[in-house]
Amino acid sequence: MSLKKHKLNPNNWVDAHADYLFNYAISRVNNYEMAKDLVQETFFAGLKAAANFQGKASERTWLISILKRKIIDYYRKINSAKGRAEVKINFYTDGEREGEWIEERVPSRWSNDVGKSLENEELHDTLEKCIDNLPQKYEMVFRMKTIREMDTEEICKELEITSSNLWVIIHRARTQLRKCMEDNWFKN
Amino acid sequence: MIMMKLSCDEATKICDKSQYGEATLWEKIKLNFHVFMCKTCGLYSKQNRIMTKCYEKHQEQNETEEVCLKPIEKKDMKEELIEKM
Repeated sequence: MSLKKHKLNPNNWVDAHADYLFNYAISRVNNYEMAKDLVQETFFAGLKAAANFQGKASERTWLISILKRKIIDYYRKINSAKGRAEVKINFYTDGEREGEWIEERVPSRWSNDVGKSLENEELHDTLEKCIDNLPQKYEMVFRMKTIREMDTEEICKELEITSSNLWVIIHRARTQLRKCMEDNWFKN
Repeated sequence: MIMMKLSCDEATKICDKSQYGEATLWEKIKLNFHVFMCKTCGLYSKQNRIMTKCYEKHQEQNETEEVCLKPIEKKDMKEELIEKM
């Protein structure tokens, strides 16, 4: 009895795996074109590395493992890009007042009909715009954690970051989003 | 007492963490202690719960549907791939 060995069939890759890989990619990077590029790059990298394929994993599993590397590279790139947009700072970062709220970022009271406004369709557009406005790194991690509801551990593994790193990013994203929704929705 | 002391930055970070049910008991105790004395972070906590509801509603609306590449895009992809073979 011999174990079935998996084989690669690049001619069939696009038909068999492109949509699957694309869905995986877009749920991480939230951008159609970027996800498409990542899939194409994965196929190219797969061709190059085909000689190393040992047939232990299925073709798809093997391609996903390549895509995962590509996503980590992408994350590192948006994390280190020069002149990247940062979130606005909400707290003093040094001096005597370190860790205290910066005056203009202090939460204001919202109007009383907050409950009702949650049912509003336009709320979603406003929220989506606010999320879109986050710097890429923050948007990516925030969406994975909050919208895709992925486990902390899983995100940390996928992006090769620590959990304390993740919570700092989530914290900054959420304080930024709170402010954005306050200015554009709740304050009227 | 000194162990109880949190800055507003740390307190709101724990508050964010607790929105996902991932703050530890000790963190929650420290957060409650801070919020008891700090009105601003109290307001943040209240609004943060509202924001969590917003995200939940938003998520329901965006129920992730399968996205497919367009046939023309796949055709291009295939051609480029074959070129590299």
